[in-house]
Amino acid sequence: MNPVIEVSVRHRLGAFELDASFESTGRLTALFGRSGSGKTSLVEIIAGLISPAQGRVVVDGQVLVDTQAGVFVPKHRRRIGYVFQDARLFPHLSVRQNLLFGRWFSPRDAASGSELAGVLDLLGIGHLLERRPGALSGGEKQRVAIGRALLSKPRLLLMDEPLASLDEARKAEILPYIERLRDEIGVPIVYVSHSVVEVVRLATTLVTVDQGRVTACGPTGEVMSRLDVAGLSGAVEAGSIIEARVAGHEEGYDLTRLETRAGTLQVARSAVPPGGRVRVRILASDVLISLGPPVGVSALNILPGRVVEIGARGRSGAVELLIDCGGETLLARLTVKSVDALGLAAGSPVHAVIKSVSIEGP
Amino acid sequence: MSDWLSPEEWSAVRLSLIVATTAMLASLPFGLAVAWLLARGRFWGKSILDAVVHLPLIMPPVVTGYLLLIWFGRRGPIGQFLYEYFGIVLSFRWTGAVLASAVMGFPLMVRAIRLSIEAVDRKLEDAAGTLGANRAWVFLVVTLPLCLPGILVGMILCFAKAMGEFGATITFVSNIPGETQTLPSAIYTFTQVPDGDAGAMRLTLISIAISVCALFVSEWLARLVARRIAVT
Repeated sequence: MNPVIEVSVRHRLGAFELDASFESTGRLTALFGRSGSGKTSLVEIIAGLISPAQGRVVVDGQVLVDTQAGVFVPKHRRRIGYVFQDARLFPHLSVRQNLLFGRWFSPRDAASGSELAGVLDLLGIGHLLERRPGALSGGEKQRVAIGRALLSKPRLLLMDEPLASLDEARKAEILPYIERLRDEIGVPIVYVSHSVVEVVRLATTLVTVDQGRVTACGPTGEVMSRLDVAGLSGAVEAGSIIEARVAGHEEGYDLTRLETRAGTLQVARSAVPPGGRVRVRILASDVLISLGPPVGVSALNILPGRVVEIGARGRSGAVELLIDCGGETLLARLTVKSVDALGLAAGSPVHAVIKSVSIEGP
Repeated sequence: MSDWLSPEEWSAVRLSLIVATTAMLASLPFGLAVAWLLARGRFWGKSILDAVVHLPLIMPPVVTGYLLLIWFGRRGPIGQFLYEYFGIVLSFRWTGAVLASAVMGFPLMVRAIRLSIEAVDRKLEDAAGTLGANRAWVFLVVTLPLCLPGILVGMILCFAKAMGEFGATITFVSNIPGETQTLPSAIYTFTQVPDGDAGAMRLTLISIAISVCALFVSEWLARLVARRIAVT
C-alpha cells in the first residue's frame, strides 16, 4: 500500500529547528508530543501555510513540496482540509455559508446536495444552519469547522488539537464524531495532539515528535509500548494499548468482559454493547508480575505470557519489561530488586496480574 | 423649497452634494489600494508613500490648492497632459473641485480603511486559503467584508471633508457661481456683501442638516454591518 502521506522537511523558525520525516498509511495518523515540539509547524507545512526551507511533502501520491525540484503547490490548490484549534469560522457568514465556503472554489458535481446532508447528519449540526458563528458554543463551532473542511472535498484532513480549547464535557461530545469521521469517511486524517487519551482512542498510526524531530513512527499500540518512547513526555506514563471486543457484561458486579488476544479481561462496566470493538490502556505501573499462576489474589485479570525484553534501569530504580501475552504486548514496571529476586530474563514465562479497577475503561 | 432658496443658493447646494459624492466614490478604489499597500505591503519607500498621503492633512489647504494649480492647471505638467490626450480640463471646473476635495479627504479615508485592514484576523484568511480560495477571492469574500465598517467610516469622513473643503478648492478652481461655487464658498461670498446675512444663515442651516444626516446614515450603516459580523 502506498503511503497516504510522506513528509521529510527541514525548516528553521527563529531559534527552533524542525528536522522531521515520517510516512503513514493509517486512516488517522496522530502527531503526538508536548507543546512547542513542532507538531503544528509540521501540519502548517503540509497545508502550505509555511514553505519549508528544504524537503518533500507527498500526499496521496501527489508531490506538494519538493524544494530540490522547485515544486511548491500553493495552499488553495492542495485540497487539504484544515481544522484549526480555534475553529476560525468566518464571523460575517452564517453556518450554512461557512459550510459551503469551500464549495465555491472546488469543482462541482451532481452529488453535492446529498453530501451536505451527509455531513450535517454525521456531525449533528443540521439545526445550526441559519445561525451565526458568534452564537455557537465551542463544541458546535468545532463541529462546524470540521464540516466546513470536509465539504471542501479534501484528500487529507488536518486537525490541529481540535479539542484543546474545550472543556472535558465538550471533548466527550466531539470525540465520537471524530471516530465516525475516521471509520465512515474515506478521507485520511492527520491529528495533532498532546493528550494520551485522545491518541489512544483515535490514532491508528502514531508519530511522536520531540524538539522538532520525529522520535517514533508506527502503529499506535506498538509505538506506545515501546520502551524508549515511554519517557518522552513528562505527562505521559508508560502503558500499553490492547485491542479488545466486548464479550458481555456482568450486571450484578458492574463489570464488562473483554476478549483480547492475551486472554479475557474484566474491566469496569462499559457503555459499549457486546460485540463492539474497544481499546483499553493499561499503565505499566499497574501490572504485577508473578512466576507461577497466582492463587488467592483479588485481582481478576491474570494473563500468561513471556518476557520479551527488559528495559534500561530508570532514574527511580525501576525498569520496564515488555511481556508478550498471546501476541499482545504488555508493558510492566518493576523495581530492579523484584527483577533480580524473581530471576527474570528475556524468555522467562510469567503471569501478568492486573486489577480490574486500575484499567482505564473503554 | 425653491421659493426659500434663490437659484444661486440651490446650485451651490446641489454642486456641493455632487462634488462631495463624486470625490468620495472616485477616491474609494485608490483609497482601498493605498490602504492595502500601507497595511500589508512590504516595499521600499513605504514610509514615503505614507507621508505623501498624509501631507494634505498637515499642510495649509491653500498650499495644497496652490500645488494643485501648479500641477493640474492648463499649463501645469499633469494638467497639460490630461488636456492634450484626454481633453480633460480641471482648473476652474467642477471636476477640479472634485479633485481638490478628494485630495483633502484622501488621508482620512486611507487612515480609516488601513486601520480596519490591519484589524482583520490573518488567520481567517489562512483558513479561507486552505478551503481553496486564491488571494483575490480571499480579499473579496473575507478581507473586504470584514473591514466594511472601516471602509464605511472612511467614505463618510471623506464625504464630510469634501462637503466642508474650502481653502484648496477656492485656490485651485476659484469661486465661480454655478461651476465651482460650493456651499462653503457661497457662505463666504454672502459674508462679503452687506445684506448677505440671511443667505449665509440659510446655507449654514442646510450645511448643518447635511452633516447631521451623513452622521446618522453612517451610524445606522455601521450598526447594520456590526450586527452582521457580530463578535466571534
